[in-house]
Amino acid sequence: MDNKILIAQRVARELKDGDLVNLGIGLPTLVANYLPADINILLQSENGFTGLGPAPAADAVDPDIVNAGAAPATIVKGGAFFDSATSFGIIRGGHVDVTVLGALQVDEKGNIANYMIPGKMVPGMGGAMDLLSGARKVIVAMEHTAKGAAKILPECTLPLTAVNAVDLIITEMGVIEVTDKGLVLKELNPEYTLEQVKEATQANLIISDSLADMV
Amino acid sequence: MNKLITIEQAMDFIKDGDTIFVGGFLAVGSPHLLISALVKRGTKNLTLICNDTGFPELGVGKLVVNRQLKKIYTSHIGTNKETGRQMMAGETEVVLVPQGTLIEQIRAAGYGLGGVLTRTGLGTEVAKGKEIVKVDGVDFLLEKPIFADVSLIAAHKGDTFGNLFYHGATRNFNNITASAGKVTIAEVKELVEAGQIDPDIVHTPGVFVNFLVQGGELHG
Repeated sequence: MDNKILIAQRVARELKDGDLVNLGIGLPTLVANYLPADINILLQSENGFTGLGPAPAADAVDPDIVNAGAAPATIVKGGAFFDSATSFGIIRGGHVDVTVLGALQVDEKGNIANYMIPGKMVPGMGGAMDLLSGARKVIVAMEHTAKGAAKILPECTLPLTAVNAVDLIITEMGVIEVTDKGLVLKELNPEYTLEQVKEATQANLIISDSLADMV
Repeated sequence: MNKLITIEQAMDFIKDGDTIFVGGFLAVGSPHLLISALVKRGTKNLTLICNDTGFPELGVGKLVVNRQLKKIYTSHIGTNKETGRQMMAGETEVVLVPQGTLIEQIRAAGYGLGGVLTRTGLGTEVAKGKEIVKVDGVDFLLEKPIFADVSLIAAHKGDTFGNLFYHGATRNFNNITASAGKVTIAEVKELVEAGQIDPDIVHTPGVFVNFLVQGGELHG
């Protein structure tokens, strides 16, 4: 199975009925496609609404209704439009239950870097710093390494987007919880061995006593 | 009262070296006719405060490409490669601001506040040189108001008094930005007589809007 789909499916199982959720652009956006049938969540779009729905059919596009990546979107029944001050009040105020983002680096303290590589790529933080400081639960959804290079490190080396913010890291290799003691591997994808995961992770990994298969 | 002016008259309010707020989010909800007129006018050395820098061919990105900006305060430049190029080359100063902080700095300016306290950006480069304020034992970053000479915003409907109504995801920065410019000019797709927008559903009170121009679509 494609790594991204596998990760999105696993993230979807973290969401609870009634959650208000903000999904980042890219891999995190896929999560909405894999929600269990009995789970209804409300998606927040930081450009100004709750109730973000799927992309419209080509003949039903309203160009003034777009997601935070400016792609055509829809609004579901029960949704609401608002301005950016309200949108970020919702985010900073702890009203978003879960945010799912990608990352360039994550470390043992739950620090995250995902908005710039100095001198190379500087897209900017957009709403990520606010989401990381305000959402009740932060899930990083990403491939375990970048072309073989470790992304889960003892300490981030890139400029941080937020300090001590990440709760859970979900990759194609497993599920890692950020705790006061460090990073705890809770689930392992049976396609990989523990040794392979340790090798792909520069940070120290504590193996949970109740290590389970990632399904 | 009729606040309607021509787009040419609107341009006369923006001088070389001014600071401008521009509404919109990735060119959705942007005052496209005012931006195009500003490109044509060629006003120089402007400081732009906007959520993002749009696209090279769309929205405020056109001001970047036309090299009319000396400084930009924004949360995201990833959709406009020219902004990144000018920043790396040292041609244009770019200050990256978290999106929720930027809208609050604009709100503070328009709403008479000395700043806002936020936890966003603590421990990051955003916090460098800024005051940390402890409230009941919790650290917050003091973010000061950010001022501009002219606000350029867009709305779907405006009445002659300047009351504004938006559709869809276009309210974004427009609603708050209306309050913050020394002069606020709203580009409206549909212009109606005062009283034609139900006061119960006015999004931006007309007292924030100094002038109106007849606009078109709010997207590219």
